[in-house]
Amino acid sequence: MSAKTPQTPLLDQLEKGPWPSFVAGLKRLAAAQDKPYAGMMKHLLGQLERSYETKRGYWKGGTVGVIGYGGGVIPRFTELRGKDGKPEFPEAAEFHTLRIMPAPGMHYTTDALRRLCDVWEKHGSGLITLHGQSGDIMFQGCSSRNVQPCFDELNEMGYDLGGAGPAVRTSMSCVGHARCEHSCYDEIRAHTQIINAFVDDIHRPALPYKFKFKFSGCPNDCMNAIQRADMAVIGTWRDDIEIDQREVRQFVALRGRQAVIDNVVTRCPTRSVSLEEDDSLTIDNRNCVRCMHCINVMTKALSPGKDRGVTILLGGKRTLKIGDLFGTVIVPFMKLETDADFARLHELAQNIIGFFAENALEHERTGEMIERIGFANFLEAVGLDPDPSMLLHPRTNPYVRTDGWDEEARKWNARHGAPSAQEDR
Amino acid sequence: MSTPAKPRMPVESGVPDAFQFMHPLLKKNYGQWRWHDRPRPGVLHHVARSGDQVWTVRAGTQRQMDVFSVRTLCDIADRHADGYVRFTIRSNIEFMVAEQAKVPALIAALEAAGFPVGGTGNSVRMISHTQGWLHCDIPGTDASGVVKALMDELHEEFIHERMPNRVGITTSCCEINCGGQGDIAVNIQHTKPPKINHDLVANVCERPAVVARCPVAAIRPAVVNGKPTLEVDERKCICCGACYAPCPPMQINDPEYTKIAIWVGGKHSNARSRPTFHKLVVAGLPNNPPRWPEVADAVKKILRTYQGDARDWERIGEWIERIGWPRFFELTGLPFTSYHFDNWRGGRASLNASTHIRHSAGGGRP
Ligand code: HEM
Ligand code: SF4
Ligand code: SF4
Ligand code: SF4
Ligand code: SF4
Repeated sequence: MSAKTPQTPLLDQLEKGPWPSFVAGLKRLAAAQDKPYAGMMKHLLGQLERSYETKRGYWKGGTVGVIGYGGGVIPRFTELRGKDGKPEFPEAAEFHTLRIMPAPGMHYTTDALRRLCDVWEKHGSGLITLHGQSGDIMFQGCSSRNVQPCFDELNEMGYDLGGAGPAVRTSMSCVGHARCEHSCYDEIRAHTQIINAFVDDIHRPALPYKFKFKFSGCPNDCMNAIQRADMAVIGTWRDDIEIDQREVRQFVALRGRQAVIDNVVTRCPTRSVSLEEDDSLTIDNRNCVRCMHCINVMTKALSPGKDRGVTILLGGKRTLKIGDLFGTVIVPFMKLETDADFARLHELAQNIIGFFAENALEHERTGEMIERIGFANFLEAVGLDPDPSMLLHPRTNPYVRTDGWDEEARKWNARHGAPSAQEDR
Repeated sequence: MSTPAKPRMPVESGVPDAFQFMHPLLKKNYGQWRWHDRPRPGVLHHVARSGDQVWTVRAGTQRQMDVFSVRTLCDIADRHADGYVRFTIRSNIEFMVAEQAKVPALIAALEAAGFPVGGTGNSVRMISHTQGWLHCDIPGTDASGVVKALMDELHEEFIHERMPNRVGITTSCCEINCGGQGDIAVNIQHTKPPKINHDLVANVCERPAVVARCPVAAIRPAVVNGKPTLEVDERKCICCGACYAPCPPMQINDPEYTKIAIWVGGKHSNARSRPTFHKLVVAGLPNNPPRWPEVADAVKKILRTYQGDARDWERIGEWIERIGWPRFFELTGLPFTSYHFDNWRGGRASLNASTHIRHSAGGGRP
């Protein structure tokens, strides 16, 4: 078992340059002669160099898992084999990934990180991705035999496998409450509570396709939830932006009126901000769409309001199969503070996943399912009321049967009070 | 012989408790932060309602890390940052300290160990990327290599904040799967239909699943040499590679015909404008490991043009929205082609149904 160090003239060129080099890291692992993985990493370098020569990938999937779970390990077997079917780089012939869920917000003590490294040196390749875009710690490079003992040890330390395949997936939440003044709800609580309530659907893939949650504390959406999540939970507020006029004046004094006009006033998407003669700021909060821009620029003077909660969007995904989709609003606003609020979020998620499980076609994401069955039908099925905040504008074509109109109008009036009553308020 | 031990069943614990790993200052002021500023690129300064302050130093990493690099980062955190770290969605590492005086030594230690400090504010951020040849089963290129080569070129823009607004670049090593939306996206784009290895289809592929995967219904069951296989209607095929994942004999990756395309103007945040998808601007770049120089040239050309022409706070997409696509192609010198029109369903919405046109004869700039 003494794999030779392969020549890697192409990869060597990725050791140069100011950015940290993953190739240098691979080589450090391959050179660690006293470690069990040195041979595996030499052979990994050999196969990767071949990919750089031929411009082809050489991994195929398969089935590898841990007892009790149906997913969470990404199996990789080499396809780079000689005529006799034997792998050219046998020590890296099995190079599986364990997806392990980190703590929400990706916080670590160095002690925790070191212990993860130690386990991984014992059972795996020594190569760790921090983190995959799925939100997992990806322990890359495990033999089939070592997957179970590696997982057992990580599991004993309090870590659990993430999602893969047609399952609820590992989630991500922004740093939020931990270190960001924009944060409008407790992201860690939401992330922990929701994901831990769906562990069964994470570990036993039985949905039509993947289902992703992502949690961003404000509309800056640092977790890219609107595009990358089936269910995006995004912090917002419904009362007035908090203004500290003293800080506004300081900002104006420092940057000048022109800068405030060019960078704040004219950049508001709904023209809701005015700079007054006395260098104070007024905001038309009824027309503010909570975009965050003015707050981002004037972090000291402006903050989200006090009546905070979340907007929920559904259906984001990447290209396959019908093209890229953004999530769209299904809940314009809900509070997320009390136990009852969090229970409501869980219930909503459960309804949606239940409906998805029963109605999506195989390999169809939520966005595609809604596209196929119609948004209005989806709302009705999961028990959400239609709301004009869910669209940019009402339909522009007449191809619709409206014989249920009176009934629908009655429902709206029942929810919102008859028009005359509304005018009285 | 004793009976075999019962297999260990997993403890279905879900995500670990975050507070056990959180810096004590962050824990103490959880949900109580008041404002922040950036004393210099790569450093954030947050102030809590309690008056507590925390300085965060952000450094780029190679994402796929050997345990030695991770331990080096741990050593730095132990010496300079109370033994706590966190990671960002773009694989940056963050160190938190309670005193500004601790920042310079922390930065020096990171830089000495080869980890660039930056990636805050209006910088070019670390590229968010996928797997590629290192680990995926369908990749057209190597994401980590493209990213390393590009970040070497963009290093100065990572450690400075001199773009009009932040620039988030993404890469994707196949056409359809993991890559995200980016201010600039560097994605695989195949240009020829899959070559089918008929001998293998019968053995390895579940044919109905493959037929169902094709977005344009170009795949049909067929029989070749008496064996069940598949065939592709090449006039319909859009070379997306979707069939390759469920059926490896549908060879979509090709050393020559698998190309790289560049897209611009994607945006996730809701700040100012609503989120937007990125749009195709360049295609047909060669997949040229190990340093992909043609990709770097095109990305830098777009970045330089944006840097020179956009206003403060304009993201790339917002800048183009203001100046218009004709000017974008004019300023970057990139060719405009018939491939920029979108023929997919809903594509008509991207056509100009107005007389709003910026004419290049229309006078000087303000
Ligand atoms: C054989 C098929 C696939 C494989 C092997 C695969 C593998 C992966 C891997 C390894 C990642 C993590 C990437 C990283 O961070 O390094 C990932 C993420 C991702 N994949 Fe896939 N994937 C496959 C199919 C798909 C499909 C069909 C879609 C979309 C319909 C998709 C969408 C995504 C997205 C959006 C992410 C980013 C994760 C996130 O932001 O939540 N993938 N995939
Ligand atoms: S999404 Fe908002 S709250 Fe969360 S980290 Fe980003 S800016 Fe802060
Ligand atoms: S948050 Fe956005 S929409 Fe609201 S006032 Fe500020 S800039 Fe305008
Ligand atoms: S983008 Fe495509 S090729 Fe790259 S890791 Fe994701 S699925 Fe694999
Ligand atoms: S490459 Fe795409 S369009 Fe062509 S046959 Fe395969 S799935 Fe269909």
